[in-house]
Amino acid sequence: MRRLLALHALLVYAFLYLPILVIVALSFNESRRGVRFTGFTLDWYRALFQDPRVLEYFLNTLVVAFTSTLVATVLGTLLALGLVRYRFPGKGFLRYLLYIPVVVPDVVLGISLLLLFAFARELLGFPRLSLLTVILGHITFQVAFVTLVVRSRLLLLDPGLEEAARDLGARGLQTFLYVTLPLAWPGVAAGALLALTLSLDDFVVTFFTAGPGATTLPLYIYSSVKLGVSPKVHALSTLVVGLTAFFLAMGYALSRRRL
Amino acid sequence: MNEAATPGQRLLRVLVTVGPAGLWLLLFVLLPTLLVLLASLATRGPFGGLEGPLGFHNYLRLLEAPYLRAFAQSLLVGALATLFSALLGYPLAFYIARHPRRDLLLLLLLLPFFTNFLIRVYAWLVLLQREGVVNAFLQTFGLGPFTLYPSFLAVVLATVYTFLPFFVLPVYASVERIDWQLLEAAYDLGARPFRAFFHAVLPQTYPGLFAGSVLVFIPAMGTFVVADLLGAGRVVLIGNLIQQQFGITRDWAFGAALSVFLMGFVLLALYLYARLQRERGLEDLV
Repeated sequence: MRRLLALHALLVYAFLYLPILVIVALSFNESRRGVRFTGFTLDWYRALFQDPRVLEYFLNTLVVAFTSTLVATVLGTLLALGLVRYRFPGKGFLRYLLYIPVVVPDVVLGISLLLLFAFARELLGFPRLSLLTVILGHITFQVAFVTLVVRSRLLLLDPGLEEAARDLGARGLQTFLYVTLPLAWPGVAAGALLALTLSLDDFVVTFFTAGPGATTLPLYIYSSVKLGVSPKVHALSTLVVGLTAFFLAMGYALSRRRL
Repeated sequence: MNEAATPGQRLLRVLVTVGPAGLWLLLFVLLPTLLVLLASLATRGPFGGLEGPLGFHNYLRLLEAPYLRAFAQSLLVGALATLFSALLGYPLAFYIARHPRRDLLLLLLLLPFFTNFLIRVYAWLVLLQREGVVNAFLQTFGLGPFTLYPSFLAVVLATVYTFLPFFVLPVYASVERIDWQLLEAAYDLGARPFRAFFHAVLPQTYPGLFAGSVLVFIPAMGTFVVADLLGAGRVVLIGNLIQQQFGITRDWAFGAALSVFLMGFVLLALYLYARLQRERGLEDLV
């Protein structure tokens, strides 16, 4: 039984990794089409780096990811704190609202933001679909995830620590900066990392909220893939996979060190 | 909480913490949702755009054959993806939970998952194309080549591949909490392994199974990218219809009605899930 379970696990992991390994292998393959390995080459990487648009899309992706993550982390952390610490009218409603971007399919979120921007442009004359609207869209789903992650961390904290700080004469802001925030920090960091990953990965919301000149890497991959299989996309994918693996390994090493 | 705080201070604190994100959610979640509802009642203008008169005509169109077909296909993709995820993911969750290096195995499960979604879907396009790996492999046995892509099967396969961790993680969480003494008790009472599993282990993993099913089913039937790339027009899900209305067809009103319908369906699924979980609520999902 145990052997069978191990074999099953091995097969599932093979299923998870084979597609990605095939892409990596093909990115070094001389042959343009098919899977027969005809020789090792770095030509596809050279072609990728010589394409100035790719650098532009990469920078767009980073600008969107870091701006939206920063805003969403601040908004989400504050909201989580408010939800855990205070009662106020409309709290239940707000919590329902928070779940909408989490549970509703991306395509619905994407078109609802598209409609919002279209109506706003009709009434106010802005915003044009651009990197700004992409950032606004990303913040919207990120806030929900950050809030939920930070809130679950805050719920684990002992409220006695904050009371102790206040008894010792700390004021509201001092308590927040010197007691609450440091204790909540792992949750905030985890929420921010999740938000960053979601933004780097997002295609659907970006697709509906991006205008001309606001192409990100996922949008570029999509349009290239629509034209058929391309070794340049293999090279780009390999770089993205490598970068992801590097970040995850770092996170893993750091999390083990703390234990 | 703070006894020294005056009502004014309390109000200020709520405004500072909840205010910004609350305003954001009202502006970018509530308002757009209301706009979708409003748009779904409108009519397509001569150049796209939205016009009056308002009515439920877009919803009546949902009953036309091609849309019912897309709805059925979405349900089927969602159901099959959930079923295959369960077959692959349920035993895997047990293996991981009882493995000494389970943190490493979880990391290995998540690594492909953190790889860009489009790249994961694209990988299947590469594998399943006519000169792809799968056909090359089958040909060594003298089989094929088959047209594996675009196809319904390709869509289901890539969907399972993409959302499998969504199934494994909640099941893993409930496997970790299993009280194994119940299994021993079942054995002591003379149950054979099969029976012991069904009565002493499986029920303890129901919460994880339900959560995993919801987490796979909803994105599987809602996404348009997988069907777009791997179905290439042969598989049309509700998500694809919505994208078409906002793309080439430019019938935003009908697209909005499709969205409302999809959203309603998702909320219904979540409501049923919450009911099944009784008091556990939605928190278990995220």
